[in-house]
Amino acid sequence: MRKRLAPYLLILPGGLWLAVFFVVPMVILITLTLQSGNYEEGFKLTWRWANFSDALTLYHTQLVRSLLFALIVTALALVLAYPMAYWIAFYGGARKSSYLFLLLLPFFVSFVIRTAAWKFILTDEGILLGPLKHAHLLPQNFHLLATPYAVIGGLTYNFLPFMVLPLYVALERIDHDLVEAANDLYANRAQSFRRVILPLSVPGVFAGILLTFVPTAADFVNASILGGTNTTMIGSIIQTEYLTFNDYPIASALSFIVMAALLIGVFAYARALGTEEVLEVSGA
Amino acid sequence: MPAPASATYPAAGRRRRWTTFILPTYTWAMILYLMAPIGVMILFGFNNTKGKLNVRWQGFTLTWYRDLFRIPDLTGALKNSLTIALLSTLIATVLGTMIGLALGRSKFRGRGLTDLVLFANIAAPELVLGSALLGLLITVQVPRGYGTILIAHVMFNIAFVAVTVRARMAGFDFTLEEAAQDLGANPWTTFRKVTLPLIFPGILAGALLAFVLSIDDYIITSFVAGQTLTFPLWVYGATRIGVPPQVNVMGTLIFLGGVVLAVLNAVFARRRTL
Repeated sequence: MRKRLAPYLLILPGGLWLAVFFVVPMVILITLTLQSGNYEEGFKLTWRWANFSDALTLYHTQLVRSLLFALIVTALALVLAYPMAYWIAFYGGARKSSYLFLLLLPFFVSFVIRTAAWKFILTDEGILLGPLKHAHLLPQNFHLLATPYAVIGGLTYNFLPFMVLPLYVALERIDHDLVEAANDLYANRAQSFRRVILPLSVPGVFAGILLTFVPTAADFVNASILGGTNTTMIGSIIQTEYLTFNDYPIASALSFIVMAALLIGVFAYARALGTEEVLEVSGA
Repeated sequence: MPAPASATYPAAGRRRRWTTFILPTYTWAMILYLMAPIGVMILFGFNNTKGKLNVRWQGFTLTWYRDLFRIPDLTGALKNSLTIALLSTLIATVLGTMIGLALGRSKFRGRGLTDLVLFANIAAPELVLGSALLGLLITVQVPRGYGTILIAHVMFNIAFVAVTVRARMAGFDFTLEEAAQDLGANPWTTFRKVTLPLIFPGILAGALLAFVLSIDDYIITSFVAGQTLTFPLWVYGATRIGVPPQVNVMGTLIFLGGVVLAVLNAVFARRRTL
């Protein structure tokens, strides 16, 4: 009897914490989306479905922009991360974990500081643009900050590990015997890559895409530090609605929309791939 | 590794160029690119800057290392971040390890649900986690501050610790536990003397992860902090006006601390085999 209770007792404290501070808030988020009122007088559940349409009318630009940026960043991250992950997994040898360590080292520094450092690097007349302008390689009024390029660059930088790690895990698992077999069967380099390695790495690709797209779409720190008024992302809007305007129903409606959009994407993914593979490679 | 003669294996020459030159150079270039902002941060902690903006190199100085705690708000924020990180790591590690143990060891009815909740917690964007928690706090009318930040940090760290511990248990030999019990040990002694030492590297790794995540957190913290400041929050506010070099120094020190912890963790993990 005791033995059968053991797992439940073990997950009870942590589970309770998660239930109260994660699951319940999610439910409350959903109920808030249908409330109305204002901060002074309080909010009441009035089943105001119009909150959703209001939210969309006001902020669909930022919403679409966030999803678009996330898409671009994810594609960029995939292209940048794959060759790295491939080389370390197949040719890293005994120093594989050292390479990974070096890759992940920068992420011991706070996200905010790293992004602020990029702002510093990319300022007009800063250490990157200054010399280039002096050498007349760039027009004098060229600027990177407050453009979508800076934001996308920052996002790609910050979320690269989320793409590299799942790719690496999937690539590292590929049995080298399979590649050798392909070579024995007269496949050349490109062929064995295209027909053996690439397909086997697909779970990693999917996991990487998932783990990169979701947080990128919801991020707003990059946009607010590196961007300008024409690059505002939906996360910023949500934060402002909550903390500055105290318009909790609209803010919750926006959060819900973002969550729903991402969830739909995730489920379509998991369907296409099979949840176990995705969970396995993403480390859960 | 020597490639076979080109006559019998024509692609060998091309292969060597990719794998011994192009890809490694690319990887190292990427590693440097990833390190670039860190290098800049560390370097400009030594900058002898006169004004508010730390943008041009004006000479080497150790002033900021000496005057590290000159800005009271910043020092207070850093202290908050450190204490919250320590406390939340402690709590989350205990709670998370228990969940990881349960998941790694037995099959039970709530297992699928627990897995799902953990996955949802890890995969959900911080934005949603933070705003949802804020919603709860507003509804129940709890004032936001140090306590709520602590609660939030424990909340998002439990899942990371649980998953890390569970992964470590993948190769765990349960017959060892059975052997201990056959020799008369009760469950608590078994845990203390057999299980715990063996999974300790996993617990340590989870704790390290939780600590780093907590000290760096911005988004979730921004929602539940109220007027309280943590280090990332303070820095974020400062990016509008001008980030003082003390931030660079603190960032450098935190970075070095994290590196030391990670190296210790790796060394420690290698000592134990499962």
